[in-house]
Amino acid sequence: MSTDKQLLKKFKVVVVGNGMVGHHFVEEMAKNTDYDITVLSAESRLAYDRVHLSEYFGGKTAEDLAMTTPEHYEELGVNFKTNAKVTSIDKVAKCVTTEKGETYHYDKLVLATGSYPFVPPIPGKDQDHCLVYRTIDDLEDIAASAKVSKVGVVIGGGLLGLEAANAIKQLGLQTHVVEFAPQLMGVQIDGGGGRLLRQKIEDLGVQVHTSKATSVIEKGNTSRYKLCFSDDTELETDLILFSAGIRPYDNLAREFDLDLGERGGIVVNNQCQTSDENIYAIGECALWNNFIFGLVAPGYAMAKVAAKHISGEEGEFTGADMSTKLKLMGVEVGSIGDAHGKTEGSLTYTYENQPEGVYKKIVVSSDKKALLGAVLIGDTSEYDTLLQYMLNAIELPESPEGLILPMAADKPTLGVDALPDTATICSCHNVTKGDIIASIDAGATTVGEVKSCTKAGSGCGGCAALVKSVADNEFEKRGVEVKKDICEHFAYSRSEIFDIVSVEKIKTFDELLESHGRGLGCEICKPLAGSVLASVWNDYILKKPHLSLQDTNDTYLGNMQKDGTYSVVPRIAGGEITPDKLIVLGEVAKKYNLYTKITGGARVDLFGARVEQLPPIWKELVDAGFETGHAYGKSLRTVKSCVGSTWCRYGVQDSMSMAIDLEHRYKGLRAPHKIKFGVSGCTRECAEAQGKDIGIIATENGWNLFVGGNGGMKPRHGDLFATDLDDDTLVKYVDRILMFYVQTGDRLQRTSTWMDNLEGGLAYLQDVIMNDSLGINAVLETQMKAIVGTYQCEWKTTLEDPEALKRFQPFVNSDKADSNIQFVTEREQIRPARGAEKIDVTFIDATEIVAEEA
Amino acid sequence: MTLSTKATTDKTWKTICGTTDLVKDSGISALIANSAGEDEQVAIFHIPNSEEKIFAVGNYDPIGEANVLYRGLVGCIDDEPVVSSPLYKQHYSLKTGRCLQEEKTIAVYDIRIENEQVQLFY
Ligand code: SRM
Ligand SMILES: Cc1cc2nc3c(=O)[nH]c(=O)nc-3n(C[C@H](O)[C@H](O)[C@H](O)COP(=O)(O)OP(=O)(O)OC[C@H]3O[C@@H](n4cnc5c(N)ncnc54)[C@H](O)[C@@H]3O)c2cc1C
Ligand code: SF4
Ligand code: FES
Repeated sequence: MSTDKQLLKKFKVVVVGNGMVGHHFVEEMAKNTDYDITVLSAESRLAYDRVHLSEYFGGKTAEDLAMTTPEHYEELGVNFKTNAKVTSIDKVAKCVTTEKGETYHYDKLVLATGSYPFVPPIPGKDQDHCLVYRTIDDLEDIAASAKVSKVGVVIGGGLLGLEAANAIKQLGLQTHVVEFAPQLMGVQIDGGGGRLLRQKIEDLGVQVHTSKATSVIEKGNTSRYKLCFSDDTELETDLILFSAGIRPYDNLAREFDLDLGERGGIVVNNQCQTSDENIYAIGECALWNNFIFGLVAPGYAMAKVAAKHISGEEGEFTGADMSTKLKLMGVEVGSIGDAHGKTEGSLTYTYENQPEGVYKKIVVSSDKKALLGAVLIGDTSEYDTLLQYMLNAIELPESPEGLILPMAADKPTLGVDALPDTATICSCHNVTKGDIIASIDAGATTVGEVKSCTKAGSGCGGCAALVKSVADNEFEKRGVEVKKDICEHFAYSRSEIFDIVSVEKIKTFDELLESHGRGLGCEICKPLAGSVLASVWNDYILKKPHLSLQDTNDTYLGNMQKDGTYSVVPRIAGGEITPDKLIVLGEVAKKYNLYTKITGGARVDLFGARVEQLPPIWKELVDAGFETGHAYGKSLRTVKSCVGSTWCRYGVQDSMSMAIDLEHRYKGLRAPHKIKFGVSGCTRECAEAQGKDIGIIATENGWNLFVGGNGGMKPRHGDLFATDLDDDTLVKYVDRILMFYVQTGDRLQRTSTWMDNLEGGLAYLQDVIMNDSLGINAVLETQMKAIVGTYQCEWKTTLEDPEALKRFQPFVNSDKADSNIQFVTEREQIRPARGAEKIDVTFIDATEIVAEEA
Repeated sequence: MTLSTKATTDKTWKTICGTTDLVKDSGISALIANSAGEDEQVAIFHIPNSEEKIFAVGNYDPIGEANVLYRGLVGCIDDEPVVSSPLYKQHYSLKTGRCLQEEKTIAVYDIRIENEQVQLFY
């Protein structure tokens, strides 16, 4: 069948370069199956996401970044060749030839060759460890070089240079940025913004050197190299990364006689055609209206126009907006339109808050009616609104400065309703508000579906928040219920189930299933219901009706390990433990031959207990005064603390007592996910409180409270919620925040993602908790009080209940132990035997083993 | 595990435990000697709201490679009664033993309740 199709294909389209834009063109062109498309890529891999290249250092692999696969291209019927650099074009015979001598005929040729990093002609630039930042291969080279380097310098303080600096800093190098101009990011932001950005970046430990021209790279004294500057100063470094701008890959056009711009770039018209009507150029190699667009969004727009023009449809490229919003080393930076105020007669308003590190500027037309540009550093919350004012030429309010002033009483916010349907929401994929509405008309019922239909948000990701609010606003208008079903058995979200359980006073899963669900339930809705029932009623979780709802970890009150054994983690509040209790832990571990380790949560974990050993082990621990540590529960784990003012010469509050009080207050509280606290005795932050769900840091006057910190897969620093709180207010706020999270959080949503998804974010949460804007604080506090008042150690209760203990018997009809659980010794302790190490044994009597160990 | 070569006629209904040993909507495990004389672990689930009410499958999780299935959560997926492995959460059909996510199958046993006794056919 494919051969038939091949014959029918009238036109051969050859694409040179498979970068982001070349790939976008292929996807657009392949929609029309009449064309025979061939892609020739100089790189060894097909297109990948260059915009998110830096995430390669954050653990993303080449596969994660890939935008397509050979299989996908095959499905589309697209021919492709990698490692196929095109070296010549024959415009008359209409064919191109690659380095390897393969020739391809075309009817239409598309050049999507992108650009390459410019390396200034500094003597010494061609040595090892002098690198650039553009491709996955470059990043591999940088990582390899960083392994044998201590100091790194980025030459160039533009947007990409700062991103590169962040990358080498994360690789552990002492990092410098050298910039020729007097300020950082001179293209996007103004002098004032540049100053503040520099300060913020230096605060993060990256040294910035501006107004420096490198004259030569020499052998270093203390490091591998030495940069010598024209002002006779020097800088020693091991690794040099050039990020001094990009240059279009226009060599093909140069050699084969297509029109070029004065300073390079392949000249194209509004249809993206070059001076040869059969040859198009798109993306970063193309020069339109004497301008090269160094961003993906304009490139995608060109790709679309070229694909349309080749298929005989109408379409024109008319320029693109270059506004950007990004986070550089944690510093928010936004640049919109005419950031430098170059338009004649334009006026500017500036707001600067040095202590908070915030700088905002807007540029308006001489009649103060239109927004022309803006610079935002340190806080880009107004970016979306400002961008929409500019893009849609919306008339400014009477006092435009209100748009950027923090305290403005009635801050003119631009509701998404006010946007015209033509407003561009996602510039990467040119998706308008109208397109989003159309996708909802066509049946999209969730923000996720809107995104996958329209592609909005799948480029740089900067528009995600706006896409969500436009879509949600539209759903709301239509009275569409936003689908958040937890699983096939319940058509409700976690917070709806929470409300149902509390309002209808439902006490068991069976009641809930009968009244609101279907089927038998599953491993998603059962633990969820178990957790909600525990949050609301705080029953003993192994009580008959709840028993079958718990994950194995909750059922056996321990974490199951890979071989089916469990770990034992007693609570050691705040990490404080007496020598006597430490001895008990040691003795118990020894007696039952358990692997012993200090955990990342600053307590002790004993591994390798078989189910039947759990009750005797816990009996000994409970008798010695230990309680369960809930290491298995979606509940409070640890409150990590430093010694604080009691011992430490810098401590300003008694962090230890606070930590222990808090740990005992919230232990056992069931939540959407686990909760961790940290309490530090001063700003040195030895307890790493900012990386915890609830972080508390002592000040001279009390406590600063942080919310939403997270380690784990996606680390996040907590947001500063309130400062200088006294003990009582601190506890009151934490009570309310936790209970509000317990009620509204999604299944398995840590406080970090909860905060990120909370509409209105930190400010909203502050309003709810501190100003009682929802009028629910009294209820939240009562609920928390009830839970604090009904705490029981689950292990203690279990040990007293013969019915519950039956669950820990290995077999209903035998006392033998599971012969598949076997250990070997490593560093004087046990570890699970691996496949080949296991020996075939017959079953032995479990009672014998316990006796032997005793 | 070697397959039994003996004729199936050797199999009989044997009592494993009493119904009071069952845990509603949850599992227990039993140790049996198969017809080749080897020990075999069986996971027994009691689901009163299902058509069959009681199910028996192998206790060994071939993916997690541990004897843990009786400790998994039970429920249904598209009306098929299943147990979800407590290790990596794959679902196994309690009727056919088929894994819904990967190409694996676990043993299924005939099981019944007679005079408040739980009996397995092996
Ligand atoms: C034992 C311990 C590692 C150790 O040897 O030190 C550990 C072990 C486990 N962690 Fe952890 N984590 C341990 C400290 C941490 C820390 C450090 C900390 O608490 O300061 C973190 C990062 C901090 C954080 O949570 O924000 C951490 C982030 C995770 C995550 C990722 C959570 C996230 O939000 O991204 C998981 C996965 C999950 O929960 O979904 C996880 C899950 C697990 C599980 C439960 C995985 C599992 O299901 O088998 C491990 C079994 C625990 C067990 O058998 O007792 N563990 N885990 C630590 C026990 C601390 C304790 O005393 O309770
Ligand atoms: C680290 C980094 C971060 C960035 N961040 C952003 C951002 O946040 N937002 C944004 O909008 N943009 C960003 N950009 C810019 C964005 O990546 C580019 O605008 C975009 O990739 C341009 O796409 P392109 O297809 O035109 O060129 P490229 O992606 O460079 O692709 C061109 C391809 O053509 C190949 N090629 C060249 N010559 C030949 C030949 N003769 N034969 C065959 N193949 C050839 C090249 O090897 C290359 O693979 C970033 C860039 C980098 C490097
Ligand atoms: S955080 Fe401050 S008070 Fe606590 S141990 Fe560290 S230095 Fe001492
Ligand atoms: S604007 Fe870049 S993804 Fe939408």
